[in-house]
Amino acid sequence: MIWESLFSIVFLLFFFLVNLSFAERKILILATTTSVENSGLLEYLLPYFEKKTGIKVKVIARGTGAAIEMGKRGDADVVFVHAKELEIKAVKEGYFVNRKEVCYNDFIIVGPKSDPAKVRISKSVISAFKKIANTKALFVSRGDNSGTHFKELKIWNLVGINPKGESWYLEAGQGMEKTLFMANEKDAYTLTDRGTWLAVRDRLKYLTILFEGDPLLYNQYSVMVVNPKKHPHGNYKEAMKFINWITSTEGQKLIGSFRDKFGNQLFIPNAE
Amino acid sequence: MEFLIEAFKKALFLIINLDREFLEIISLSLKVSISALIIASIFGIPLGAFLGMKKFPGRNVVIVFLNTGMGLPPVVVGLFLYMLFSRSGPLGFLYLLYTPTAMIIAQFVLAFPIVTALSQASITKVDPIIKLTAKTLGATPFQVALTIIKEARYGILAGVIAGLGRVMAEVGAILIVGGNIAGYTRVMTTTIALETDKGNFELALALGIILLTISFLINTTLYFIQKKGVPANIT
Repeated sequence: MIWESLFSIVFLLFFFLVNLSFAERKILILATTTSVENSGLLEYLLPYFEKKTGIKVKVIARGTGAAIEMGKRGDADVVFVHAKELEIKAVKEGYFVNRKEVCYNDFIIVGPKSDPAKVRISKSVISAFKKIANTKALFVSRGDNSGTHFKELKIWNLVGINPKGESWYLEAGQGMEKTLFMANEKDAYTLTDRGTWLAVRDRLKYLTILFEGDPLLYNQYSVMVVNPKKHPHGNYKEAMKFINWITSTEGQKLIGSFRDKFGNQLFIPNAE
Repeated sequence: MEFLIEAFKKALFLIINLDREFLEIISLSLKVSISALIIASIFGIPLGAFLGMKKFPGRNVVIVFLNTGMGLPPVVVGLFLYMLFSRSGPLGFLYLLYTPTAMIIAQFVLAFPIVTALSQASITKVDPIIKLTAKTLGATPFQVALTIIKEARYGILAGVIAGLGRVMAEVGAILIVGGNIAGYTRVMTTTIALETDKGNFELALALGIILLTISFLINTTLYFIQKKGVPANIT
């Protein structure tokens, strides 16, 4: 008995020490979406923030739905996501505070160059989606509760079609890049954020942009902080510093100057 | 702690109210894994037997390769098969990518070295007296081989069980080649990964419990088959 308890104490002590050696500096956990992470924006921005404030930021990339869930559980301190309705709902429920809009880009419909559903000559994104459904052309959905997935479901909802379970509607349940690869392999249509498309399009030789520019395809990114009343052990102060910085003139300027490896501007700053 | 208990409660509730979608996911999981295992056994056991009984140049090399294959990272298998089956790949014309067939192939690749290597090991261990006795009793080489395989059947079964454990628990390879398409290539492990990512812990947990229960049932059955053989080996 004594040996057992002694063993468990030593065991726990060991992990405590290991943990200490990693926790020298304050670490802010930022939950974000795969589209932000894959674009390389944070890799570009964070060194400036870390240098200025001495706060280390750990980025965890999931779909928007999952990132918000992480914040709700207190597994993240701040979230950087793109699903306005969902964000406002989570703020109303008291899980987050200080929601601020940061930057935007847009969604586009990509698909096979042959364009069997004639999406290319659509007047609106709604009519484009309608054509895809009417011709039963293959469509790959993220299917992972991400911001892009929510946007897509919202459009289907406006079209008045529930595609779930249709043979032409494939729910990938994966990130944007893998969904694009799947569309590329299957000659299918999909809705993507422009950033991810630009980042991987050199590997998507069967796909092309078929529709863009509808106001409905506007893609707003925002940040919000986990409510310290819900999770008092979180890094509220550091999280606020991050939000204030990214919406400051300096942060906004940096976002505007960020270019991907092909020289494209992926995000347009619009913090108030 | 409360968080865990709540999650378990909700998971059990979900298990009781399983809907058709999840039954289909479970049945696809079993179909893919068991097909892969059967094919791996059909090829693996005879090859293992051959390696266990015959000495030939290069035999050790083959065995080392098989043993290495037992530790193949599933994502590497997935990646390789993806490149093979992609439209830009050499076998793209077969249109196998993102199909259950591709998943079976991936799991076959993972199970085959395990079944083969463990069959080989258990056949090598069979007492040489048995071979001699069979020969003296006038058995043809084929009959001798059968006798030895029969003698090693419980060790071979252990290999098959290990192979099953490998494929049932696997997610890396089938996620890549299957694509986790709802209602088509979505299986238990890929659903668990997806639901965990989405933050639906209860649902993921429910599927985890079901997966473990199925493994438990299969292993119980196999254990009792195997146990029957123990006294025979001792006497």
